Amino acid sequence: MESTLNNFTIQVGTVNGSGSQSANLILLRSIFNMGVPCNGKNLFPSNIAGLPTWFTIRVDERGYACRSRDVDICVAMNENTIDADVAELRPGSVLVYNEALAYKPRREDLVVYACPFTTLAGKVTTDPKLKKLVTNMVYVGVLQELLGLDPVAVEQAVQRQFARKAKAVALNLGALREGAAYAREKLRKKDPFRLETRNLTAGKILIEGNAAAAMGALFGGCTLCAWYPITPSSSLPEAFIEFARKHRHDKDGKAKYAVIQAEDEIASLGMVLGGGWAGARAMTSTSGPGISLMSEFAGLGYYTETPGVVFDIQRAGPSTGLPTRTAQGDILKVAYLSHGDTQHIVLLPASVEECFDFGMAAFDLADRFQTPVFVLSDLDLGLNVWMSDPFKYPEKPLDRGKVLSEEDLNRVGKFERYRDVDGDGVPYRTLPGNPHPLAGWFARGSGHNEAAQYTEKPGDYKRMLDRLAKKFETASQQVPAPILQNGGDTRVGLLAYGTSHWAVVESRDQLSASGIQTDYLRLRALPLNGAVERFLAEHERVYVVEQNQTGQMLSILRIHYPAHTSKLASVLHYDGMPIDAACITEQIVAAEKECAD
Amino acid sequence: MTLTLTETTKANVNRIGLAKNDYKGSRSTLCAGCGHDAITGHIISAFYELGIEPHRVAKFSGIGCSSKTPTYFLSRSHGFNSVHGRMPALATGALAVNHKLIGIGVSGDGDSASIGLNHMCQIFRRNVKMLYIVENNGVYGLTKGQFSATADVGSKQKGGSLNDYEPIDTCALAIELGCGYVARSFSGDGKQLVPLLKGALSHDGLSFIDIISPCVTFNNHEGSTKSYDFVKDNDIRLQELGFVSHYEPITVDYEEGTTKRVELPDGSYLILRKLDRDYDPFSKKLALSTLADARLSNQLLTGLLYLEKNRPSLDTRLNLPDRPLVELGEDDLRPPRAVLEQLMESYK
Ligand SMILES: Cc1ncc(C[n+]2csc(CCOP(=O)(O)OP(=O)(O)O)c2C)c(N)n1
Ligand code: SF4
Ligand SMILES: [Mg+2]
Repeated sequence: MESTLNNFTIQVGTVNGSGSQSANLILLRSIFNMGVPCNGKNLFPSNIAGLPTWFTIRVDERGYACRSRDVDICVAMNENTIDADVAELRPGSVLVYNEALAYKPRREDLVVYACPFTTLAGKVTTDPKLKKLVTNMVYVGVLQELLGLDPVAVEQAVQRQFARKAKAVALNLGALREGAAYAREKLRKKDPFRLETRNLTAGKILIEGNAAAAMGALFGGCTLCAWYPITPSSSLPEAFIEFARKHRHDKDGKAKYAVIQAEDEIASLGMVLGGGWAGARAMTSTSGPGISLMSEFAGLGYYTETPGVVFDIQRAGPSTGLPTRTAQGDILKVAYLSHGDTQHIVLLPASVEECFDFGMAAFDLADRFQTPVFVLSDLDLGLNVWMSDPFKYPEKPLDRGKVLSEEDLNRVGKFERYRDVDGDGVPYRTLPGNPHPLAGWFARGSGHNEAAQYTEKPGDYKRMLDRLAKKFETASQQVPAPILQNGGDTRVGLLAYGTSHWAVVESRDQLSASGIQTDYLRLRALPLNGAVERFLAEHERVYVVEQNQTGQMLSILRIHYPAHTSKLASVLHYDGMPIDAACITEQIVAAEKECAD
Repeated sequence: MTLTLTETTKANVNRIGLAKNDYKGSRSTLCAGCGHDAITGHIISAFYELGIEPHRVAKFSGIGCSSKTPTYFLSRSHGFNSVHGRMPALATGALAVNHKLIGIGVSGDGDSASIGLNHMCQIFRRNVKMLYIVENNGVYGLTKGQFSATADVGSKQKGGSLNDYEPIDTCALAIELGCGYVARSFSGDGKQLVPLLKGALSHDGLSFIDIISPCVTFNNHEGSTKSYDFVKDNDIRLQELGFVSHYEPITVDYEEGTTKRVELPDGSYLILRKLDRDYDPFSKKLALSTLADARLSNQLLTGLLYLEKNRPSLDTRLNLPDRPLVELGEDDLRPPRAVLEQLMESYK
């Protein structure tokens, strides 16, 4: 059996809107404060209040950060889900439940702790509303006692959660202590799960991907944020607003940024392109349905060569689908978003740190290549709390790309907007307001020549498309490169991107333990470059791991590397939950067995 | 009394030393006689006579014959011909990051009243400082003459069928939704349109002009309510208009009681001379009821419909500094290292 010291998963089942989130975050942060690596995932419904919601905390001192399929400790606070929650537990798991619920334990193979959460909460407050809220704190107290949480670490977490507001802190600590006292006096520890202080989180941060990306936009010099609310994206622009309010006002209190809540996602991207064309760094943030609406403008941005940044926090589903569940289902759509021969630069962050780094880099790439850049995050990364090293301040200055000022024009004496002067496919541009008589040019979605004049001539049109292709070839060398991890002398390759990474990391260890050594290439951007082709060429079988039903990245690889098509096999996960390691391991073990047979 | 309208200098350069040719664009590819080309000419006159430096202008359009026209004027300015119906979004983004640009958007009735209706309404609400023109011919010219949402009930299509659906009055929407400069005019009436354009360019906020602009190819027949003949027979002008720029002396004879002088934010004046009725363009209520009455009696009212000064424009509401966002350098855009360190501390 695996060690149960600093290695288990807690799941808390509550009712959406019952205020359980602060208790969950306190629990998470208490473990973090003890120096033990952990991260938290919120599984919530598409609903404001009333429906069931779960919070899972994976504690793992080896550092595995993906979802674990199995729950070791189930805290059941929701009458409507307790039966189902309990049914899924493996023998030997722990059930902590609220005695006030109409529930009779029926399973003999669990370690069950019944606690009068509601009664205990009643000891610290009689106000019914507050009582409901602090009931959640009682279970933190019970777990403190059962798992051996350090009370100092817990108190720090409570202080922080309530921003040191003395009254709230006292009330919540009171409820927590009631829970701890009850557990100490009335419960006898019968389970093996324990926490012990470590020094593995010193200097680390806990943050959601959306806040990290918004911070990237702040340090990336974004001045225009045009957006339309949608789950799970909204917290990104909202975080940007908060950061900008604090860090982007001038001495006179004027805002050195503009935020516009647009009428829809079409307008959001339109505003972004307007801002980019005028010379600003502009961004929007959305999810699948918004991406669909942005399609036409995305093509305009590509063809007129206008910079802009689009964050797509992917969620599950065609149509509304599962708006509060995760997926990697937009990659194929986004890679070629719009009609005609369109393609885009797409960045694929796997971590909160990459949300920050790519959040910045996206603006440099958009300016450098004068094109919309898409950053594909997902709900799991965007909304969940991840442990990370602190983000590093950028060492390089902003790259504003090939923009000609009045002085530049005086110097060079000529200007054609779409001429490939440098042979890299990237032309020069001027910004509106440039007083040089040669500066003016007209951006249009219709056919144009090097001088940005209207044309329908076959040669002109084709030449422009070919130059664009060359530009993307250049871009493929400058986008974040794929990361290769060798597993020794092996013929099996794994290829993944985005949040699937964390499950791949754990799965490779599981595979290795069962005798399957793998190499791993993590894609971090489109367009793909030679490193990907080399990886395909060097391996006999390449498993492409992704969180969608149709193997979208595999399709893109097929388009680009038809010679290697027969080597590719999909490893897929698409039920709306974040991918877990076992799901990858099982599929690959089965496939490898078939190869051996 | 006659008003001396607009022509301030007879020399062939304007006050900044540019000739009218410097305000022209590439040759039009529209049908000969298209109302849109006449409007292009009036836009050129207005910018030339105002002596606006072309590089300070940003042109925007959607898709349609009308939306093609920004290439036909001010070729020294930057311009962006975007996608169908979405010109307002593009202009909003560009002018938010550079509110020093003089924005002009040209759209069509299809572009603005159908596919882009929402965007048009929203730009009224946001009061982006720019001039927004709808070249209104009652049809989709570029896709060969289908009715648009501004076609009047009973207006006849070239093939003979009649429009059954209520028209959208873009001017009424503009007034309703907070636009502070709303006018309607006719492509063939430069005497009225040029002062309206100049007034619009002096306004501090969104100015909206719906210009009836006959489509000679698809909507200029008998039975159409957007034909040259129909406009000539039914055009009722609300007032006679003149414009005096802030840099020129007022030479207009001006009779107490019949002539009003309206000062605009940049110090220019619109001169409104009373015609048959005593119309007060400062009353929202009167503007809306006048439009509603005209519609019931099948009249085409042209002139300055509504004026409201001092409505905060988008850049004011966004609390932007005087220096446009596009001019900010790295020091302004990227907070210092200490800010990141402080933020990181707060997540530890
Ligand atoms: C998304 C989209 N749908 C349809 C079209 C086809 N289309 C081009 S112009 C136009 C109508 C233009 O009408 P209007 O704005 O009144 O301009 P006009 O040609 O009458 O000046 C349409 C439907 C398009 N370009 N884009
Ligand atoms: S089709 Fe009509 S609107 Fe288009 S250019 Fe010809 S006359 Fe003008
Ligand atoms: Mg039209």
